[in-house]
Amino acid sequence: MNPFSSGTRLREMIRAIRACKTAAEERAVVRKECAAIRAAINENDQDYRHRNLAKLMFIHMLGYPTHFGQMECLKLIASTGFPEKRIGYLGLMLLLDERQEVLMLVTNSLKQDLNHSNQYIVGLALCALGNISSAEMARDLAPDVERLLQFRDPNIRKKAALCSIRIIKKVPDLAENFMNPASSLLKEKHHGVLITGVQLCTDLCKVSSEALEYFRENCIEGLVKTLRDIANSPYSPEYDIAGITDPFLHIRLLKLLRILGQGDADASDCMTDILAQVASRTESNKNAGNAILYECVETIMSIEDNGGLRVLAINILGRFLSNRDNNIRYVGLNMLMKAIMVDAKAVQRHRATILECVKDSDASIQKRALELVYLLVNESNVKPLTKELIEYLEVSDQEFKGDITAKICSLVEKFSPAKIWYIDQMLKVLSEAGNFVKDEVWHALIIVISNASDLHGYTVRALYRVFQASTEQESLVRVAVWCVGEYGDMLVNNVGMLDIEEPITVTESDAVDAMEVAIKCQRLGLTTKAMALIALFKLSSRFPSCSERIKDIIVQNKRSLVLELQQRSIEFSCILQKHQNIRSALVERMPILDEKTFSGRKAGSLPTAVSTSSIIPCNLPNGIGKPAAAPIGDLLDLSSDDAPPAPVSSGGDFLQDLLGVDLSPASAPSGTSQSPKTGTDVLLDLLSIGTSPSVQSSSSAIDILSSSHDNKAPVSNLNGLASHSSLSANATSPASSAGMMDLLDGTGAITQKHEENGPAYPSLVAYESSTLRMTFNFSRQPGNPQTTFIQATFTNLSPNVYNDFLFQAAVPKFLQLHLDPASSNTLPASGNGSITQCLKVTNTQHGKKLNRLEACWGSITLSSNHFGNFEYFGQGYIWHV
Amino acid sequence: MIRFVSLQNRQGKTRLAKYYVPLEDSEKHKVEYEVHRLVVNRDPKFTNFVEFRTHKVIYRRYAGLFFSLCVDITDNELAYLECIHLFVEILDHFFSNVCELDLVFNFHKVYLILDEFILAGELQETSKKAIIERMGELEKLE
Repeated sequence: MNPFSSGTRLREMIRAIRACKTAAEERAVVRKECAAIRAAINENDQDYRHRNLAKLMFIHMLGYPTHFGQMECLKLIASTGFPEKRIGYLGLMLLLDERQEVLMLVTNSLKQDLNHSNQYIVGLALCALGNISSAEMARDLAPDVERLLQFRDPNIRKKAALCSIRIIKKVPDLAENFMNPASSLLKEKHHGVLITGVQLCTDLCKVSSEALEYFRENCIEGLVKTLRDIANSPYSPEYDIAGITDPFLHIRLLKLLRILGQGDADASDCMTDILAQVASRTESNKNAGNAILYECVETIMSIEDNGGLRVLAINILGRFLSNRDNNIRYVGLNMLMKAIMVDAKAVQRHRATILECVKDSDASIQKRALELVYLLVNESNVKPLTKELIEYLEVSDQEFKGDITAKICSLVEKFSPAKIWYIDQMLKVLSEAGNFVKDEVWHALIIVISNASDLHGYTVRALYRVFQASTEQESLVRVAVWCVGEYGDMLVNNVGMLDIEEPITVTESDAVDAMEVAIKCQRLGLTTKAMALIALFKLSSRFPSCSERIKDIIVQNKRSLVLELQQRSIEFSCILQKHQNIRSALVERMPILDEKTFSGRKAGSLPTAVSTSSIIPCNLPNGIGKPAAAPIGDLLDLSSDDAPPAPVSSGGDFLQDLLGVDLSPASAPSGTSQSPKTGTDVLLDLLSIGTSPSVQSSSSAIDILSSSHDNKAPVSNLNGLASHSSLSANATSPASSAGMMDLLDGTGAITQKHEENGPAYPSLVAYESSTLRMTFNFSRQPGNPQTTFIQATFTNLSPNVYNDFLFQAAVPKFLQLHLDPASSNTLPASGNGSITQCLKVTNTQHGKKLNRLEACWGSITLSSNHFGNFEYFGQGYIWHV
Repeated sequence: MIRFVSLQNRQGKTRLAKYYVPLEDSEKHKVEYEVHRLVVNRDPKFTNFVEFRTHKVIYRRYAGLFFSLCVDITDNELAYLECIHLFVEILDHFFSNVCELDLVFNFHKVYLILDEFILAGELQETSKKAIIERMGELEKLE
């Protein structure tokens, strides 16, 4: 009696569930049913067991947990009737998997069923075993399955064959046992058995090399014959698909032949005829035929070389590429990518078709075609291919542009035959899709431009033209801005005209206009504007006539809300106003950038070759060894590699270097146009000193940080900062000594000192040794009590001339220190001359005083840098080394 | 090797899911959800093959149902496309003009048919006639 024939209950449940409008309703129905089923299981209800399990399976498919049904499956399997066993095995396969221990309990039932007299039950057992057996079960039951490979019924044989596949996958050691029975399956006539037998042999070969050898020696001819018979067989309605008899069998046979022929020349020879026959005679207008051709091509490409066959195979792939069905095109491209490793020349012939595929509408086909084109490029065809790709770039989708540009750029970089071609192509790419290129790409372009000295004029003119046409693509604008800045004079004077160029008249004013556009354009980003500022700065040196105008433009940015722009414009205008003498040195033509150094320097450190001519030699070992991550962009943004002789200082930076701690925002910097990182590195280079001073200073610097309001009496604790309250007491102390104490205090003492400036502050000798004397003169401007000017005078007391003398100083963070450039760098010997340098100290906080001025100085002829602390103590100064 | 077979409708309800590799229930649901998402949004003019984790899914849409096969990355996609079509033809023959509702109410039979068609992740029988005949024999035993 079929439990499902009157299975209204199952159908009813399904209907009820389908009728639920909300998830909550469905859950309620399911819960009710599950409860009923659970009750039935507990009562051991025999009548409705099948129905219940079927319901349980449905509920499981909906996604609800059904673990309580697992034992039911086992009970059903153990019962005697076919219907019970059937539903039991079905439930088993659905509700359990091989990793659950419950499965082991089935082993016994399986063993009995595998030996059952009813072959349908045997079939059930084989099915379950084949789908979910675990390794232990496989090992236990392998002998039974082996025996069944020779069963009288073909249905059982084919199931046994597939079951064996699972067994050998789970327990590879047993593979040898199956070799012989498997090979006899290959001689079968029944298609089902044949195809499963072939699959079994395939997996045996994968698992065991012994089996591979065995089949190679004994079975190839048989297989070839079988394939030939199938290929030549007349129409058979049972197995016919699209005019081909059993394409699945074709494909499986081809796959097995592939595995046997791979790596073995003799085996490959046996197959060549049949492969050629299949490749040339299979109909390719339907998917089934193409599937066979695909497998055939894979086989041909994998077995040992046979020139003629390979050409045939690649031609088939070429035909695939022109097929209307995009599935076929896709597999064709895939195969070609593998084929190109084997025979690149043959694939080259289909270049045109592949290029067509790049323009396909399907994204995955586009991607593969692009990959393939990339693999096909070599020196001889790079120019036409790049041309095609760039043409396509103009019409491609936005999503795809990024991929294409990346590929074009790397192609151009790898295979460029001439720099001018490289530059041309890159200009085209950037004009079209500059916004998609990564930074490394336009950095690389700049490096190439810099290296192509004879093309500077050509490049800058080309870039200028493009820039005039549009400023949409930002990386192009950046490259253009850099070039105009560097080679502006060539642009204006038409230097280095090549024959192919058309003449172009650009005045200095035009060039400056262009840079101004770059700065003012809203759309362009910070980096571009910053680069434009530097470019203008360079132009101010190259085009002296435009200098005023440039200065005005730069000054306009002094109030920019963006820190980078503000900083740059302030620095540049400062140089333009006050330090004309060093300007040209700063913006000299950049030396040729070394490609190797920059290509390796993705996250790199500052190149140690950054030379500064007039400073203490930086080839002192970088004492603190901090790699400054100065990406190429920053490097190129530096107006020049030469830092001016003006000392780099700001109190915060100095302490920052020592402690590696970010203390204060950079105070008003002096003349160099530094990005903060490179500035501190130069500083580090300069100050790479032995550890002792730095240790001492760091400890004392830490004290600055840590101590706050100790030290009422300024005399006792030299390391402390004066407290607020003590100051007011000091404020009333009499003039001159108080004057010194309150030197840099912005409050209390002001009223008293107001009338007194300059002469009221005696000069003091800050430091004196046998080799050097430093004298400080203090003054204040009326109306600006917070700022003190110190004029430092250095006198050389040694018999040797000091060349490249440099003085630097640092102050605690509530003060701002500004060092003007020194009057000269050379300190004549024996007191015959002196160097003066102005320091400007501004006290930003009332109530705090300067207690410490850290300074260091040195020159080439001094054996080392001196580094010391001054401490103000009353009227005297104590020098700590 | 076929790793799993799944039938889903456009809303994502699974009508059939057979796994030939071991997976936890929660993993199975996740997989079904991901496959559905992959497959349901694809434009018809795209290929029928999608990369899925470290394998690939071959799928085809018949009316409102997506038939998906997850196979190894080295397998012949076109062959499995034929395989899906053969399965659909068998179902069509068995249920006489099959529709989704047939598959819902007779899900246990669909599983049985599938078990006659694919075993251990490989093709078991390539003849539609043979499978239908076998199903008939088995029905008689019930």
